[in-house]
Amino acid sequence: MNENKTKLTEEEKKLFGDLMPEELDEIISSGLNRRHFMKLMGLASAGLLASHLIGAEQLFARSAEIGDIADLAPAAIENGINVSFKVNNTAKKVLIDSRATLLDTLRERLDLTGSKKGCDHGQCGACTVIVDGKRVLSCLTLAATCEGKSVITIEGLAKDNELNPMQAAFLKHDGFQCGFCTPGQICSAVALMKEAKEGQASFVTADVRQNQQSVILSDEEIAERMSGNICRCGAYPNIVAAIKEAQTGKNVEQTWLFAG
Amino acid sequence: MNDFNYTRVYSMDEALANVSLGKGHRVIAGGTNLIDLMKYFITTADELVDINPISEHQTIEELPDGRLRLGAFATNADTAYHPLVESRYPLLNRAILAGASAQIRNMATNGGNLLQRTRCYYFYDINTPCNKREPGTGCSAINGYNRTMAIMGTSEHCIAVFPSDMCVALAALDAVVNIVGPEGTRQLPFADFHRLPGNTPHIDNNLMDNELISSIDLPEKGFSSSYSYLKLRDRNSYAFALVSVATALDLEHGLIKEARIALGGLAHKPWRVQEAEDFLKGKQASKTNFEAAADLILQGAKSFEFNAFKIELAKRAIVRNCMMALDPDTQQPGAQPSL
Ligand SMILES: Cc1cc2nc3c(=O)[nH]c(=O)nc-3n(C[C@H](O)[C@H](O)[C@H](O)COP(=O)(O)OP(=O)(O)OC[C@H]3O[C@@H](n4cnc5c(N)ncnc54)[C@H](O)[C@@H]3O)c2cc1C
Ligand code: SF4
Ligand code: FES
Ligand code: FES
Repeated sequence: MNENKTKLTEEEKKLFGDLMPEELDEIISSGLNRRHFMKLMGLASAGLLASHLIGAEQLFARSAEIGDIADLAPAAIENGINVSFKVNNTAKKVLIDSRATLLDTLRERLDLTGSKKGCDHGQCGACTVIVDGKRVLSCLTLAATCEGKSVITIEGLAKDNELNPMQAAFLKHDGFQCGFCTPGQICSAVALMKEAKEGQASFVTADVRQNQQSVILSDEEIAERMSGNICRCGAYPNIVAAIKEAQTGKNVEQTWLFAG
Repeated sequence: MNDFNYTRVYSMDEALANVSLGKGHRVIAGGTNLIDLMKYFITTADELVDINPISEHQTIEELPDGRLRLGAFATNADTAYHPLVESRYPLLNRAILAGASAQIRNMATNGGNLLQRTRCYYFYDINTPCNKREPGTGCSAINGYNRTMAIMGTSEHCIAVFPSDMCVALAALDAVVNIVGPEGTRQLPFADFHRLPGNTPHIDNNLMDNELISSIDLPEKGFSSSYSYLKLRDRNSYAFALVSVATALDLEHGLIKEARIALGGLAHKPWRVQEAEDFLKGKQASKTNFEAAADLILQGAKSFEFNAFKIELAKRAIVRNCMMALDPDTQQPGAQPSL
């Protein structure tokens, strides 16, 4: 890990002073290193960071920001592979175990925990990300096969503070309840917009022999094309409404307004 | 997953040299079946050979004589959406789009689709005996919960079905599989590619361990006027077939010049019955004739405790799909009423 020599904030200083006093001087003089971080992770898993929420949050956010967290490799990597790829338009280089899936690499190594692990076997879609412009399942993708590719996750959809229109539509239409399937649903729906624009048919499209220009998505089309994303909460009607609004740009009435 | 070495290969020669080193050397294409099975330790590998960097066999190309060559490494999605597949082989487009989900079709390759393994629950449960997974241990399905299992071509050693949709259309279209191995190339007609379980249910097909699929060829005739793919399943999408039917008809003045009917979800391979197709030749494209053909197709069916329903379901599916093939414009896929 490259040493992170940016100055500690007051909250961070307090955190180290309280929890790792013997390390404080070294951290202040030569920066935070891998060993400090590992120790901190240990404390985190023991629940000891709770009283230092702000400091810990700043610190974790910063370590993700400097990109070095990827070097916090598990102690023993079997059959290590170096992979260079782009994640949310930022170049990343990670040394991974040959067995690591893209999902685990995103979540465990790159600190991008938006993509969710539902089934880990291709059956739910919670892990959906967009690779080279196409939606795929990150749980069945080996990270090693992503060399040179560009991965977009839910964390990369918003532009600065502006939500992707699909994210906004999901919010407006309450396209979720517990939210576990939502990152996968939204990534899937964003890719679907492109597929529909390119005129790709689905199993319920009437006649595939006429190459269509672009497909207007009916409820039935959306249901078929989004069937790879399961929602245990059954937020489907709201998801369909959100996707319709995002595709047409026209206001679609919120289904929940009818309640009561 | 067990520990394995991961190697990228950049040419077919390199890939072949690697797989000829032994059974533990496996290629990974889309990974959608392989990684799933490896996570359950149903499949293991010493060396995983990533064929994706190979630039050959990634495309769909028309050959000078009018055949269409589907690269083994092209994805199922790219294949379904190829303009020539949509216009000349719409049956193949339908069958591919009936399978899996958009995400999986973006990953899955054509070669991998032919080589996907069964979805038999006992095959997936490493704590139960299974001749396909561990030869000689017995078959848990024969006397177990066998609702989704085969009714055609079974043996006392295995009653699993081959789960692909794409392959049902390829069977109907008389595709040919192009194979490369240490001794050069060879071709297998689609009907000879997959095997029946017999007493070697652990061998799904006739591809050798040291061979690779390079492409799949479709004859020029695509049956684009009268075709239909019907898939019946426990939910309307993102589920494997209980029964599926691919029908391709060549009609002249209301008479059947040629009929192709292939079934999925019923056997260890896509199922076609020559006798039934011959019966339809020269006959009127009528419900009665299709019913007679369905009876011929299913006359040897043998069901087990929980899957007898498949016989009647298959008969009705065949008739309905043949009727839908007469008018592809009005097709309604899935379980919605359509006639
Ligand atoms: C949840 C889920 C639902 C699905 N539903 C359906 C469905 O409804 N219908 C359907 O048809 N399919 C379905 N599938 C299966 C899917 O279509 C297959 O997994 C896919 O086609 C396999 O292709 P792949 O490229 O990912 O193969 P891989 O998983 O990469 O490989 C599969 C096998 O083929 C070998 N291999 C791959 N390419 C070659 C080659 N060119 N030469 C030699 N060996 C090769 C590999 O070594 C491996 O043993 C589903 C899959 C999942 C996970
Ligand atoms: S049907 Fe075949 S795959 Fe299933 S348990 Fe029996 S031997 Fe195994
Ligand atoms: S976690 Fe990948 S599909 Fe369920
Ligand atoms: S919102 Fe809970 S699983 Fe979809």
